[in-house]
Amino acid sequence: MEAIGLTLVDWIIIAVYFGFVLGIGLYLRRFTKNEEDFFLAGRKNSSWVAGLAFLSANLGALELLGMTGNTFKYGMYVAHFYWIGAIPAMLFLGLYMMPFYYSSRIKSVPGYLKLRFDEKTRVLNAISFAIMTLLVSGINLYAMALVLHTFLGWNWDASMWASAVTVAMYVTLSGLMSAIFTEIIQFFLIWFGLFLVSVLGIVEIGGINEIFARIPEAYAKLWSTSADPTQNGMMVTWGGIVLGLGFVLSFGYWTTDFLVVQRAFSAKNLRSARMTPIIASFFKMALPFIVIMGGLIALVLAKDPSSGFSLLKDGGKVNYDSALPMLIARYYPPGLVGLGITALLAGFMAGQAGNISAFNTVWTYDIYHSVINKKASSEHLLWMGRVATIAGIVISVGTAYWAKSMPTIMDYMQAIFSWVNAPLFATMLLGMFVKWITPNGAFWGLLAGMGSSFGMFLAVKFEWISKSAITLSNVASDMAANFWRAWWAWLICFGVTILVSLFTKKKPEKELVGLVKGLTEETVDEPVPLLKKPEFWGAISLLILIALNIYFW
Amino acid sequence: MKPIWYFVGLVLVAMGGLIMLSGIYYLATGNYHQTVLANLHPEIWWSGVMIIVGVVFLILSRNMIVE
Repeated sequence: MEAIGLTLVDWIIIAVYFGFVLGIGLYLRRFTKNEEDFFLAGRKNSSWVAGLAFLSANLGALELLGMTGNTFKYGMYVAHFYWIGAIPAMLFLGLYMMPFYYSSRIKSVPGYLKLRFDEKTRVLNAISFAIMTLLVSGINLYAMALVLHTFLGWNWDASMWASAVTVAMYVTLSGLMSAIFTEIIQFFLIWFGLFLVSVLGIVEIGGINEIFARIPEAYAKLWSTSADPTQNGMMVTWGGIVLGLGFVLSFGYWTTDFLVVQRAFSAKNLRSARMTPIIASFFKMALPFIVIMGGLIALVLAKDPSSGFSLLKDGGKVNYDSALPMLIARYYPPGLVGLGITALLAGFMAGQAGNISAFNTVWTYDIYHSVINKKASSEHLLWMGRVATIAGIVISVGTAYWAKSMPTIMDYMQAIFSWVNAPLFATMLLGMFVKWITPNGAFWGLLAGMGSSFGMFLAVKFEWISKSAITLSNVASDMAANFWRAWWAWLICFGVTILVSLFTKKKPEKELVGLVKGLTEETVDEPVPLLKKPEFWGAISLLILIALNIYFW
Repeated sequence: MKPIWYFVGLVLVAMGGLIMLSGIYYLATGNYHQTVLANLHPEIWWSGVMIIVGVVFLILSRNMIVE
C-alpha cells in the first residue's frame, strides 16, 4: 500500500507544473534561433541564473531522498557531501579554472581537451561521458518510476513515459535554455515544497537543540569521531573523507562534469561565469537544512515509540529512502502534499533534462562534428542537437527497462562517477597548470585512471581482493571504498600522465596560450568594486564553510 | 523575452493560491485532515509566504526584458 494518498487539489498542482514546463518550452522555442542558443542558451545568462541552474542540475530528487535516508543511517557525516565534499571544489572552479574554460570559448569540457591536448583525448572523454550520462539518465528514470510506484502507487510505465515525453518535448524545443528555466523553477519548488518538513519537525520535537540531544553523539558530529572508523556510522576515516570525497570525487565532479559546468558556460561574461559556482556554493551549504535536518528528525521520531513514526519496509529490510516521503505524509495536508510531490517530480525531471542537454551537446560537438561529419553546417548541428535529444531520451527509456529487468545494475551506478570523473580531474589539473604535459601523457594517463578505477571496482565486487586493500582499514563501508577507489584512480592517472609526458612530444607553447597557467594573461576580469569580485564572495563562502565545520566538529 | 524570475513568480502565485484556497475550504468546512501539527494550519500560512514571494518576483520582473 502506498504511503501517500493524493486529493484533487494535489493532482491539480501536479498538472499545473506539467503545464508550466511545457508552456515554457513552447515560449522559449521562438527565441532559439541558432546552435549557440540551443546548446549554450545564447551565452547571455546572469550569474544568478547560471548559479542556481548550476546547483539545481546536481540537485536531483534521488539525491534528496537518498541523502535524507543516509542521514537516518549515518547521521551528520552525510553533511560532508554538501560541505567539504562540494564547496572547496566549487570555489576552485570559479576562482582558478573558469578563466581557462570560459576564455577559450569552448562549448564543452571535451572541447577543452581537444584544444589543450588532442582529438583522441577529447573523443575518449566524450564517449565515456556520453555513456555515463545516458546510463545515469536511464537509471534515474527507472528510480523515479520506482519511487512514484512505491510511495504513491502510480503505474510504473505511465509515470516513466509521462516524464520522459515531457522532458523530450521541452528540451527538443529550446535546448539548454528550457533546461535552465525548469532547473530554476525546480530550485524554488524544492525549497518551498520540502523545507517546511524541517520547520514542522523542529516545532514538533521542540527545537534544534532538542533534536541533537536525542540522537547518539556519533550521529551529531562531523569530525571528532573520524580518527577511528568504528566510531562513526559511515565507517570511514578522515583520510578517506578528505582525500577521496573532499579532494578527488568532489573536484572531479564539480570542476569537470559537463552536466554542471555547462551552466557556467552559458553565462554572459567571464565574471558571471566565475560567480556561477560561487553563488551556487552558498545554496549548496544551505541544503543540509532540508536533507540532514529531515534525516535527523526522522531518526528522533523513529526512536520514540510514542511518535507512531516508522520507515517503510521492503521484504523485511528498512527502506531508508522512505524517510522524506514518510515525513511529508506525517505533516502535509492536501495541497501541500501536491507541492511536496511536485518538488520531487521537478527534481527528477530537471535532472533528466540536465543529463539530456549535456548529452546532446557532447554528442553533437565532440563525437558527431569531431569524428562523423566534420563539415556540418550550423543549421545541421542544430538539427542534430534536436535529434540527439530524442535519441538520448529513447536510450534512457531503454536503459530504464533494462534496469527494471536487472535491478543489481543500481549497485554499479553508485561507483560510476569514480570511474569517469576522478581520473579526469587529474588530467584537467595537470593540463591547466603544467605546461609540459603532453597529449600522449594525457591520453594514456586518463585511460590508465579510468581502467584502474573500473578494475578495482570489479576486483572488490567479485572478491578477487579484499576491500581493506583499497581502504587501508580493516573496517570499511561501500561508501568508504568509493572514496578510496576515487583517490587511487586519480593518483594513477596523475602519475601515468606525468611519466608518459616526460618521454613524449610536447605541444608548441604558442598553441597553449589561454589554456594553461603561465601562458595566459593573469588579468582575467574587468576592474569591478570589491563587492562584485568573485574572490571576495569566494572568501566569504570559505569562511562560512570553516565556521560550519568547527560548530559541528 | 521575459526573464526566468517572472515565471518563478507565476508558478509560486499559482501553486500558493491553489494551496491557500483548498486550505481555506477545509478550514471552513471543518473537514481538514488530521496530520501532525494540523492545528497550526501550515497550508494557510505557508501558501501565504509563497504568494508574497511570488508577487515580489512578478513586480520586480514585470517590465524586465532579457535580450
